[in-house]
Parts: sequence; structure tokens; C-alpha cells
Amino acid sequence: MEYTILILLLPFLSFLLIGLLGTKLKPVAAGAAGTAVTGVVAVLCYITAFMYFGAGRDASGVFPQTVAWNSVWLPISGNLHIDLGFMLDPISVMMLVVISTVSLMVHIYSFGYMKGERGFQRYYAFLSLFTMSMLGLVVATNIFQMYIFWELVGVSSYLLIGFYYTKKEAIAASKKAFIVTRFADLGFLVGILIYGYYTQSFSFTPDSSVMGVAKTMLPLALGLMFIGGAGKSAMFPLHIWLPDAMEGPTPVSALIHAATMVVAGVYLVARMFPLFIGYAPEVLHITAYVGAFTALYAAVVACVQSDIKRVLAFSTISQIGFMIVALGVCTSADPHEGGLGYMASMFHLFTHAMFKALLFLGAGCIIHAVHSNEMSTMGGLRKYMPVTHVTFLVACLAIAGIWPLSGFFSKDEILAACFRFSPVMGGLMTFIAGLTAFYMFRLYYCIFWGRENKELHAEHTPHEAPKSMTFPLVFLAAVTLVAGFIPFGHFVSSDGHSYDIHIEAGVAALSLCVAVAGIALATWMYLREDRKVADSLATTFSGLHKAAYHRFYIDEIYQFITHRIIFACVSTPIAWFDRHVVDGFMNMLAKVTQSVSVVIRPMQSGNVQKYCIWFLGGALGILVMLLVI
Amino acid sequence: MIPMEFYLIVSTIMMFVGIYGFLTRRNLLAMLISVELILNSVDINFAVFNRFLFPEQLEGFFFSLFAIGISAAETAVAIAIIINIYRNMKNIQVKNLRDLKW
Amino acid sequence: MDITLDLIVFTVLALFITVSAVLAVTTKRILRAATYLLFVLFGTAGIYFQLNYSFLGAVQLLVYAGGITVLYVFSILLTSSEGDQAEKLKKGKLAAGLTATVVSLGLCLFIMLKHKYLPSQFEHGELSVRTIGHALMSGDKFGFVLPFEAISILLLACIVGGIMIARKR
Repeated sequence: MEYTILILLLPFLSFLLIGLLGTKLKPVAAGAAGTAVTGVVAVLCYITAFMYFGAGRDASGVFPQTVAWNSVWLPISGNLHIDLGFMLDPISVMMLVVISTVSLMVHIYSFGYMKGERGFQRYYAFLSLFTMSMLGLVVATNIFQMYIFWELVGVSSYLLIGFYYTKKEAIAASKKAFIVTRFADLGFLVGILIYGYYTQSFSFTPDSSVMGVAKTMLPLALGLMFIGGAGKSAMFPLHIWLPDAMEGPTPVSALIHAATMVVAGVYLVARMFPLFIGYAPEVLHITAYVGAFTALYAAVVACVQSDIKRVLAFSTISQIGFMIVALGVCTSADPHEGGLGYMASMFHLFTHAMFKALLFLGAGCIIHAVHSNEMSTMGGLRKYMPVTHVTFLVACLAIAGIWPLSGFFSKDEILAACFRFSPVMGGLMTFIAGLTAFYMFRLYYCIFWGRENKELHAEHTPHEAPKSMTFPLVFLAAVTLVAGFIPFGHFVSSDGHSYDIHIEAGVAALSLCVAVAGIALATWMYLREDRKVADSLATTFSGLHKAAYHRFYIDEIYQFITHRIIFACVSTPIAWFDRHVVDGFMNMLAKVTQSVSVVIRPMQSGNVQKYCIWFLGGALGILVMLLVI
Repeated sequence: MIPMEFYLIVSTIMMFVGIYGFLTRRNLLAMLISVELILNSVDINFAVFNRFLFPEQLEGFFFSLFAIGISAAETAVAIAIIINIYRNMKNIQVKNLRDLKW
Repeated sequence: MDITLDLIVFTVLALFITVSAVLAVTTKRILRAATYLLFVLFGTAGIYFQLNYSFLGAVQLLVYAGGITVLYVFSILLTSSEGDQAEKLKKGKLAAGLTATVVSLGLCLFIMLKHKYLPSQFEHGELSVRTIGHALMSGDKFGFVLPFEAISILLLACIVGGIMIARKR
């Protein structure tokens, strides 16, 4: 399957082409080139998936891990080397399909959304770069290649968040995203280095012979890697960049900050899953607690946000928390014994990518229509935007976990896995699932029903988005409708063997009840125009409401720590030391040199007779020296 | 017999008188004259050493002979340069000779 | 040490050379300096004669006194105007030059007089021109034909160079 390398090369070439030609290319041509390339890549990914899963299982009953293409890039020592390659296994193939699909949809969608924007070509170049990096990340044959593409993904995310570089908030958001994730990646890098040092390889499956020594260090290395994953996947307390990242164009939010890049952390944990299970189950459980807390926190915050993209951002954080929890509650590699979460997590990743991209693209249509992110400018939009309305409803139902949409199946598996781990965890996650249903339908009602902002709509009547934007919505909605019936366990499971997804009646009933309850609550509170209940609740619990609206002041705490403590107590003295001691020493050297030069400069007078005197003096000195000695 | 040192004293004095002239004179020709004095004193030294210490050999003698020839050549070239300078600057004072440097 | 005729002659020559040399570098008029140089050269030739190097003395007289000095006088006459005097130096520079010179002179004399030379003897007897000629033209161990040829090329180069530099453009 040598051709798979094209999956990486084509987007890269398109990035180079569009990026280098820049404005010499017509916007339409740039968009068409980028979209065509992504389309080809998507087709290649589908073919790859078809061939891979079609080739069937090997003798031991698992889908073999194959390296389609590989080259030793940087040999370090005998058996320690960094490779660049293209690895195919169930989760990477699954990710290829997800990324290429969402990327293609976003490419098409952007035609309409970004129409007439300045920097259209640049936008498509960055999209190509991102697609290449993300695909490279998932097919990495070793942890170091993964890290390289991981950083590339970070860079393209930075570039795309800061796409509107004339907007102050966008610049700040892009810097924030880059710095926070980069800070987390430091942990990742250290983890990689520890891992490479002790296991003598960067491979995902190190030799069992070296594991004796490495065993003690592996939990540390894996924990550090998880910090990197937590940064990318916006786990608490490194989540602060993701809500701000919504300053980027909405299709970018859909692609990067909902469907693909932010699940890189989940993918990382999944990729290292055999090691986590084998050598550091306790670290895995820590990730579960982190994920659960993040899910709860983000769900609560999402309930009170007024910016629709922020609601979606916190919803994304919460859903990624679900995936992390699902991975974290695994206790063995056998899906029948406690490894169910692995499959559930990947399944949720898959379905979530589809319906969250759909939600974001729908939000993009709405923003396109009303030119604002604020809920107060919306309401009653169902009359104006029927296609968006229906697809958005489908996505909301999916994320709330209503049968027979895809979210129901994947969330049900996660909850089942959580209940197997501990009833407390299961109960908590069920509660968060209910919260999810509540805030998603709050969003839905506030946009499409409820109190309509008639003055604004009279001034500028909202209209349905163009075909290029509605097509991806319909496509993704269709996928969301049917994806739940994919026999996902057949393709991906923790030990590679086929696993039949069966709905556990109790869990399914509970989760359905909770979801319906959440939706009902939201309907009761937000469907009508007056929203009496909601407003009175907000005033009754004004402290809690305010705190949640300000995201529990996490950003302010960061601000306080960085500005008041780190900048004031550490950076300022260091800066002073640098300015005055280090620079001062250099300045002193320069000044001394200068003053000495002023003194000795007249000696170089060009006057032969003066030289002669010096020469004579020197000769005399040598004579005297010889005499004395 | 006159001791060798007497000759050497004379030549040394002559040498340093030449150096003094070279250091203090500001006229190119006067400096050149001082250089001639220095050369001359060295010639005397060679001849004296040859005569007193190695009478069988002729190195010192020929060295003096060649030095005379070379100094003649050197003087000729130097004076040609000086005349050229004079032609350009109407002057042969050292302090004015800065145009080559800058 | 007896006062011989040789010694008297030498003393006279030595005084003559020293005084002329000092005058040559101290006189204000450049033409006089050239004249005193001529005297020094004559004295030097005298010393060569006294050393029984008559040929060297003759060459000294011919080349230096006859050739070079004439060159000097011509060039001085060409480049100096009437009543041209050496400009006065600053006292400090003069003192610096004088001190440097005197100190070095003292040091060199000290070293020279303290040094133990090889046993020296003086043999009277003229160095015949035939010997000189043979040595100059022979390519044997003690022959000087190579330096002789080198000098001749140098002189040729000097003639060409002198013409090149001094010729009018």
C-alpha cells in the first residue's frame, strides 16, 4: 500500500503551491485546488480503509498493524532511531476517515463562509497544512514522528486562530493557544525523552526485553505524555485556550477545535493504551478523574454562556472529557473484562467528530446570517433557516444521546464502561450527559425558538446559507443519523478482536431518561418567549451564575499567577539580572575596549619616525631582557 | 696595533647618530642622509670584523662591497621617489605625506 | 699602548667622522648636511685604507663620495628653495629622540665593550685585487658569483625603477 504516502504528500504539495503562489492565484482557484486535493485525499483514505479492513484479520484474529511506508530519518544510536513512516492500524485508519471527511466538508463549506474574505488563499494554504499535519499525526509510526506532527498541528492551529490578524482578540487568542499547548508539550517532550532513554526506542511497542528496567520509569513517562495530550485536548486546567480559540473562522473551529486536533490527546492515550494498561494503570485512572472533572466543569460552564461558539467550545471540552474518561476507566485490554472503554472512546471520538463538526458548521451558518455570536441577536431563526435548523436539531439530539442517533450508541458504551469501573463514576457521567442534553437544547431553543430579536431581524433579515454551506451540513447530518449502526466494535477494540456492541438495557434506559429529562427541562425553561424560570433562577443563584459565566475565574487565576507571581517575583528579577548584570558585563567590556582604543589609537599615526622610536624601544627592551637573563 | 674595539666604538657612535637623525629630521632627504650614516657604520663593522677576526676569509669584505652597491641603488630609487613627491606636492616634509595613507 | 702613527691617524679619522656625523644630523641647512655626509664618507674610506682594504676604500670613494653624494646634492638643489631651513622641532620630541638614542648608544657600547671577542690580530698586507677578482668571479665554495649576479640584476632593476618613477607622466 505504497500509495498511502500520497495522503500526506498531496496536502503538503497543495500547501506549498497555494502558500507560495499566494495572491497570484485567484481565490476561487486556490479554494478549488485545496478542495480538490482534499477530495482526492479523502478518496484515498476511504480506499485505504476499505482495503485495510477488507484484507481481513490475521491468524490470531486481529487486524495487523502494518507499516505502509517507512524511512529511517535520524539514526541516534544502534537501535534508537527516529523514523518517518505511515502506519496503518484500526485506530489510525479510523482517524484517517474522520479527518479527511471533516476536512473535505470544511473545505467545501469554507467556499461559502469565507467568500470575499481577505486572505482567502492563505486560509486554504493553512487548511492544507493542517490537514497534512493531522494526517501525519495519526499515522505516525513512532512517538517522535507523532510529536513532530503534533507541533505542526499546533502551528497550523495557531496560524488559523490568528487568521484575522488585524483583530486584537484573535491575535491574543492565537498566542494563548500556542503558548498553553506549547507549555503542555514540554511535558510531552520530556516524557518522550524519558521513554526513549529507558526503552531504547521510540516505537509504540517497545521490546519486552528492555521493559524490566523501564518498568519503573514508564508511569512517569506516560504521565508526562498525558500532560501534552491534556494540553491539546483542553483538559482542566489547560483548557483555557480552547474557548478563546473560537476567535478563528468558524469552519476552522469545526475542523480543528472540535473534530480533529483537540482529540489528538485522546488519540495519544489510545495509541499508548497497551503501555498504559500494561505498566501504568494507575496513571490511566488519574486521566479518568481529570477527564471526569473537566467534563463536569465544562458542562456547567456551558450552561450559562451566551456566545454560541463558546457554548460549543465548552461542550467540546466536556465531550473530550467523556472520551478521556472512557479510556481512563479501562482496567484490562479485554473488552469483555474492562477494556470496553477503549472501544467506546474511539467510537465516541468518531461520532463526536461528525456531529460536533455539524454543530460548528451550523453555528457558522447562523453567524453568517445574523453577523454575531451572541444568543441575544438570535431566536426564532427556524423560519428563516430551515436546513440549518433541521441539521442542527439532528446534531443536538445526537450529542444529547437520543436513540437512534450516533451519539446515543457511543455515549451509551462510555456510560456502560464507567458503571463497570465504579457506580460513582457511572452516576457522575450520567449526570453530565444530562447536563449536556440540557445545555445543548438551551442553545438550540435560544437560537431557533424563544425570544426573537425582531428589531435586528427587521433591519437585516436572516437568510439560509448558500448551497456550498448547506451541503456539508446535510452530509454530516446523514452521517450522524446512520453512524450509530456501524458495527464499530468489529473494527476497533482494545485487544483487536472483534467485539459486538450490545446495548445494556439498564444503562441505555437510564441515559435515555436523563437525556430526555435534560431536554424537557430546557424546553420548559427556554421554549417560550418569556423565559421566566431561567431568569428567576439566574437571579436567585446570581453568585453561581456569575461565577459559571466567568468560567469559575480560571482565566483570572492564570492571569494572577502569571502576572502577579511569575512575572513579578521571578521574571522581573531575572530581567533585571539580564539587563544589568549580563548586559552590564558586556557593556563594560565594550566600554573598556573603547577607552583603551582611544588611548592607543594615536600610536597608529602613520608616522614612520614614531614607529621607529617604538621599534627602538622594543629592541632595547629585548636587549635589556637578554642582558638581565 | 689599534684594538678592534676602537673601530667598533666609532661605528657605533655613527650608527646612533644616524638613528638620532632619522628620528628627529623632518625632511625626507635629511632622513635619507641619516640612513646612509647607519648603513655606513654597518659597513665599517663588517670590514673590521673581517680584518681582525677572520683575516683568511673575505665574507665581511664582500658584504661591505655589496652593501655599498645596494645602498647606491636604494639611494637612487629613494631619490627618484622623493623627486616625484616633490613634483606632486612641492614639498618633501614628512608631515605632509599623508595622502597615500588616506 | 704606544702612540704610533697608526693610532694618531685613527684618532684624527675617528674624531673627524664623529664630528662630521653629528654635524650632518644637526645642521639646519640640508645642503650642509649633505656636505658633512660627504666628509663622513671620506673618513670611512680612510678607515678602510687604514685597514689595508684599499679596494674597498676606493669603491667607497667612487660610489659613495663620487656618486651618491652628487645625487644628493642634485636632488637637494632640485627640491629645496633658497634659504630653506629645517623647521624647529618641539622640545619634547627632540628630547625623546635624544634620550632614546643616548640610552641605546650607552647600552650598545656597554655590551660591545664587555663582550669577549675571538682573539684578534691585525696582519698588515694588502688584499690584492687579483684575489678579490677571483673570489668575485668564482663559483667555488668561497666564490661570490651568485651574489654578484644578484646585485647586478638588482642594480638593473633600480635603474629601470628609478626611471619609471621619476619620469614625467
